[in-house]
Amino acid sequence: MARTYLDGEGRPLVAVTGMGVVTSLGRGQADNWRALTEGRSGIHRITRFPTEGLRTTIAGTIDDVRLDEPSAPALSEQLALLAADEALGEAGAGRPGDFPGPLFVAVPPVEMEWPQRRALAVEAGDDGVDYRALAAAAASGRHRRWHELFLFGGVADRLAERLGTKGSPISLSTACSSGATAIQLSVEAIRRGETDVALCVGTDGSVHAEALIRFSLLSALSTQNELPEAASKPFSKNRDGFVMGEGAAALVLESAASAHARGARVLGYVLGCGDCGDGFHRTRSSPDGKPIIRAIQNALDDAGLAPEAIDYINAHGTSTPENDKMETMGCSAVFGERMPTLPISSNKSMVGHTLTAAGAIEAVISLMTIANQRLTPTINYLQPDPAIPLDVVPNRARDARVRNVLSNSFGFGGQNTCLVLGAEPASAA
Amino acid sequence: MGAAGGREVWITGAGLISSLGEGLDAHWAALQGVQVPLIDAETIAPYTIHPMAAIDLDRQIAKKSDQRQMEPWQRYGVYAAGAALEDAGVKGRPELLDETQIIVAAGGGERDVAVDATVLQELARSGDEGRTLNERLMGDLRPTLFLAQLSNLLAGNIAIVHGVVGASRTFMGEEAAGFDALRVARARIAAGQGRRFLVGGSFSAQRWDLALLFELGGHARKGGFASVGARGDDDGAGFHMGSMGAFVVVEEAGEARLRGRAPVAALSHVASDRSTRVPGSVHQSLGRLWSGLADRLKPGRFAVLSCATGATGVTAEEFGALRDLAPGAPVRAVGNVVGHGVEAQFPAAVLLGAMAVRHGRLFPPMADDASERPHEGPIEQVVVTGVGHWRGEGIALVERAG
Repeated sequence: MARTYLDGEGRPLVAVTGMGVVTSLGRGQADNWRALTEGRSGIHRITRFPTEGLRTTIAGTIDDVRLDEPSAPALSEQLALLAADEALGEAGAGRPGDFPGPLFVAVPPVEMEWPQRRALAVEAGDDGVDYRALAAAAASGRHRRWHELFLFGGVADRLAERLGTKGSPISLSTACSSGATAIQLSVEAIRRGETDVALCVGTDGSVHAEALIRFSLLSALSTQNELPEAASKPFSKNRDGFVMGEGAAALVLESAASAHARGARVLGYVLGCGDCGDGFHRTRSSPDGKPIIRAIQNALDDAGLAPEAIDYINAHGTSTPENDKMETMGCSAVFGERMPTLPISSNKSMVGHTLTAAGAIEAVISLMTIANQRLTPTINYLQPDPAIPLDVVPNRARDARVRNVLSNSFGFGGQNTCLVLGAEPASAA
Repeated sequence: MGAAGGREVWITGAGLISSLGEGLDAHWAALQGVQVPLIDAETIAPYTIHPMAAIDLDRQIAKKSDQRQMEPWQRYGVYAAGAALEDAGVKGRPELLDETQIIVAAGGGERDVAVDATVLQELARSGDEGRTLNERLMGDLRPTLFLAQLSNLLAGNIAIVHGVVGASRTFMGEEAAGFDALRVARARIAAGQGRRFLVGGSFSAQRWDLALLFELGGHARKGGFASVGARGDDDGAGFHMGSMGAFVVVEEAGEARLRGRAPVAALSHVASDRSTRVPGSVHQSLGRLWSGLADRLKPGRFAVLSCATGATGVTAEEFGALRDLAPGAPVRAVGNVVGHGVEAQFPAAVLLGAMAVRHGRLFPPMADDASERPHEGPIEQVVVTGVGHWRGEGIALVERAG
């Protein structure tokens, strides 16, 4: 029978034809894969800003990107461009500066930062300065570029301009599941026939003092500063919070029919996406785990796969006491007796929690896992948590047969987004 | 890019609060007679804004503990979302809320400007700015304020307060977030990717942090109120921010019929685009967007509600484009009556458009705005145009349903 390039529901099948990634472990798929399978950590002491007086002094920052005027949006933009250039080069869709589809970008919420406020305060004469004085200084028109720099749509707009994507670029946030949501929105657009190809990006270069302090005040961050590379220990008994990381990933998604027609190499498929809200609490999951369970189940249903078809789970695995417990509960409910032997590992043990970018970065790593038939480890796993009886691929990478991967992303505000990534279409058989 | 897909999409719930009051009926009543904008020239002088009307938050946000977790931006949004759900007959019905999805067009939440000012004063006196900044922020920032600032926590609070626990996505990116939130929701319903969406945004105008952001680009208008069409480089370009909460329940028409709901109006078309802004690009972009709905317009029976901001150059271009595209069609600038609510402006304009087609006529013009003329004839359709103050163009067609 001729291939139809449709999934089991008769929708366009969504292929991945290009990927790019940058993390604190390095630039590009090859360098990241090597480091991830060697079990290296990208976490280190923060040198970007003074850390005196802070409870957490470590992060997976990316410090080798040259910026004329450092800021979260400027770094996020550059990281996104690095990832997008790699993905577009691999996909070969369109021409440089003329990508033939829309852009979906998960970007960190940005706002004016302290160096800019301070500069305006100096211009305002410092003495007794308040926002009225800052605004009066801003009216000089000397800092117009800061307006565009700190608009929420700024990063996406500059990417759209540079890459020549089509239509209105979507800047989005679903907190720590944003990267997965960017992919989900692209999949939906391709499935409804709005476009044949889309570029989705998750980027986050927002480690600065105030961002770190905000998470610190919520007691979300690890304070195990002594050995930075050992601080992020998802699923371990002595885990005490996440470690902030920076990075970006980009994926070119394309209808399988379009990819086939232009002879593009298919790296894998986004078989299913599922999400579910949680109205329990602003930062905590429903104690019964139902929204997580439903998000996973929705993703499996969307992919037309039974739980048995999943060979590996790329965990959200933040290393916070709460997340890892709830994720274990949710996965156990869906995968049942199989869960103790179903491999599940957390890339955040090595690159930290890249927040807005995490879902996209982990989708790329999931597809590399399929391509290489090798599982990336959860490092720093020295004290197992008896309440988490999982095969976390402890400390060392290992070979495995992997056809389908579940990638989990959960975020503050009741955001739960899961993706099913596969080597082959579920309906091909 | 426009939207394909065959299913009809209705607006079945309207939640609108602004300086003019609460609900479409209150807005309609306030918009009769001579237009006098409600403004506040003092709170963040020299910036003149449209303040929020007195709203009894308890009516839509029952728990004080929930109200305390939010600042005005989130409160306005959660309130308007509740009003829209109530209007659609969805509020308090878990079986419907469970499958209702959320798309919010969000900015960020309020900073604590008093803390910022204190920190800046300390920094000026400090011999070690890095340490001082860390110590002050560690000591002075309220942990919960972070959650009141996070963009996606408006959606998160809607889920908590109203129990809307279908999927939720938050779009950012100023005015364009509002176009695209409605565009994507409509496209998904039309293509069968969802049956019911709660879509909208909110904006608090009494914010120094936002006045500062927009002042950097020369967009925050100082001095007394001037109507959108009367603003220009000579008389202070830019916008008067307007407090508002604007949420719409959009629903597949068959689904609404099944549960016996009458539509407020049909949302027949939403499209958006991005042009690299050079002289003429907004005119061209609007022309392309207009061509996507032009063949559905009923000559003499449609009006235009413009989200024009008053930004230098682009607002004049937009009005010029409208004169070319719809000569003779009556135009109203939403910014004249409720101010500019950035992400929330387009959803608010769509709601005011739904209000007009429900009444079958348009509200009177703003006295000092030459681009607005009286119109007495019947109105069956409203085209909503949006041109972002810096980027993004959008269009929607709202029409009488059924």
